[in-house]
Amino acid sequence: MHPIVRSGKLWLYLVSWVPVVYALSLILVEQSRLSWLAGITVSGPLCLVYAFICLSSWYVCLGLPLRREQLPRLLISHLGSAVGVGGLWTALAKGLFVLFALGGSINAVLPSIFGMGIVLYLLAVSVHYVLIAVEASQEAQAREAEARLLAGEAELRAIKAQINPHFLFNSLHSISALTSIDGAKAREMCVLLSGFLRSTLGLGEKPAIPLEEELALARSYLAIEKVRFGARLQVEEAVAPECVRHLVPPLLLQPLVENAVLHGIANLIEPGFIRISARRNSDEGVTITVENSFDAEVPAKNRSGFGLASVRKRLQARYGGDATLGAGPGEGTYRVELRLPADEDANR
Amino acid sequence: MTVMIVDDEELARSLLREMLADHPEIEILAECANGFEAVKAAAQRKPDLLFLDVQMPKLDGFEVLELIGGGIPVIFVTAYDTYAMRAFEVHAIDYLLKPFGKDRFEAALARARGRLGEAMPAPAELAAAARSSPYLERIVVKDGARVHIIPVSKLDYAEAQDDYVMLVSAGKTYLKQQTISGLEACLDPRQFIRIHRSYIVKLERVVKMEPYTKDSRIAVLSDGKQLPVSRAGYQRLTALLGE
Repeated sequence: MHPIVRSGKLWLYLVSWVPVVYALSLILVEQSRLSWLAGITVSGPLCLVYAFICLSSWYVCLGLPLRREQLPRLLISHLGSAVGVGGLWTALAKGLFVLFALGGSINAVLPSIFGMGIVLYLLAVSVHYVLIAVEASQEAQAREAEARLLAGEAELRAIKAQINPHFLFNSLHSISALTSIDGAKAREMCVLLSGFLRSTLGLGEKPAIPLEEELALARSYLAIEKVRFGARLQVEEAVAPECVRHLVPPLLLQPLVENAVLHGIANLIEPGFIRISARRNSDEGVTITVENSFDAEVPAKNRSGFGLASVRKRLQARYGGDATLGAGPGEGTYRVELRLPADEDANR
Repeated sequence: MTVMIVDDEELARSLLREMLADHPEIEILAECANGFEAVKAAAQRKPDLLFLDVQMPKLDGFEVLELIGGGIPVIFVTAYDTYAMRAFEVHAIDYLLKPFGKDRFEAALARARGRLGEAMPAPAELAAAARSSPYLERIVVKDGARVHIIPVSKLDYAEAQDDYVMLVSAGKTYLKQQTISGLEACLDPRQFIRIHRSYIVKLERVVKMEPYTKDSRIAVLSDGKQLPVSRAGYQRLTALLGE
């Protein structure tokens, strides 16, 4: 269907033809010596018919999309149909003139009507091409937004899947070892592990969660890793109480905390620490840092990788350029800093 | 039979200890929490069998095996199935995936008993299999009881010396039991170039080339060190530089 008809703006389009009716009547009054009433009697129906003829050029434009290599063909087709349609219009004008048996001579103004018809038709063609381009770009934007949404979901699924295999195997191995050494501890570990898995499954469905929920997830993850690594893993937390209700995308910190264990603590012989801190910025946003001890001799490319890239992409998807992520080694620690813009949980 | 347990996780070690407890004829010589301890203990105690984790601090399981220099049958114990191929290449007796049950453990142990006394792979094969990425990122060298880890990014050049290669990194030299061709195969050919039968040099260390005899040249390194360049070596060098 034609976009103007579809959008219910047909009346507006017809109103825009009123000046044309006026111009045409003026020509008839001035040059053919008709009365204003007679002029409008001819030009009114004439313009109404032509308004719909011009609308139909939409389908011609759809059939002949604007492409550089087809430009000559395009021009010839449109000029050809403009001449044809203009001729038809002129003939119709003459017909109406005869039908209403009006006095005066119409023949002197026919060239002007013919020229006007061609110009009007070509104008309609160009407006239609603009319409097509606008529609195409809107469609592309919608597609892009949808693709971004899909990518975000896929990414989240990937992160969820990424949590699973080796972490799960190692944890199960720890439980397997604990069953004979310390049954109660084995049970506690089962509970911790189930709790962690359950919350990762649940959280993934929400677009954003309060920071405290994300921190609780990180805590339960680290509690499980603490069973594996024992005294080698020390956890410190310094979270300002006013930050805990700040909204964050779910599982945003999880890859960072996992990296801290995998590329920090797991490579150390001596005990190391992971410190998670959060503070309010002056602009109502928050700064979250994850710091960990690490072995500077381990080749750098083994230290970050997929986790950081996915966090960066998710920040970009939710905040655009308003959030920043900085990561790098400091004095004996590896530090990742997230700065998020204001995003408070106002419903609580 | 004597065994050694190498794993950085206490719980993982205790599980193996528990499973081994059903075999009173097996003596646990040592338990090691990292690769350094393992290399040292294996050299001193010479166990019949090694239970070896792959992902450990400082040295991974394959590097430990390389430094021990072969001769000790090994069962890898890891949560990662991705190392199975490499384990096969270093002739590991078995590959236990965590978590594993008693029957799987017994099967591995039975296999180990069956293969006791078999010939073990040569050190060169171990070195080749020890690299994780297509090219080596670091080189491990055993120096008596000490272990040196040399990042490949800091290696200046290597010189063949009989059955050894002399590695020069940041003014220090290290001797490693490996052929220079074996080392060459492990290094990124875009960074390291065999300029001579006996020399591999890091390309970015070379500051200039000087003619020496009709067929040979001399490469001058950034610290002034001069290395001979054979005709074939010069061709490789110019091919790499795209001249």
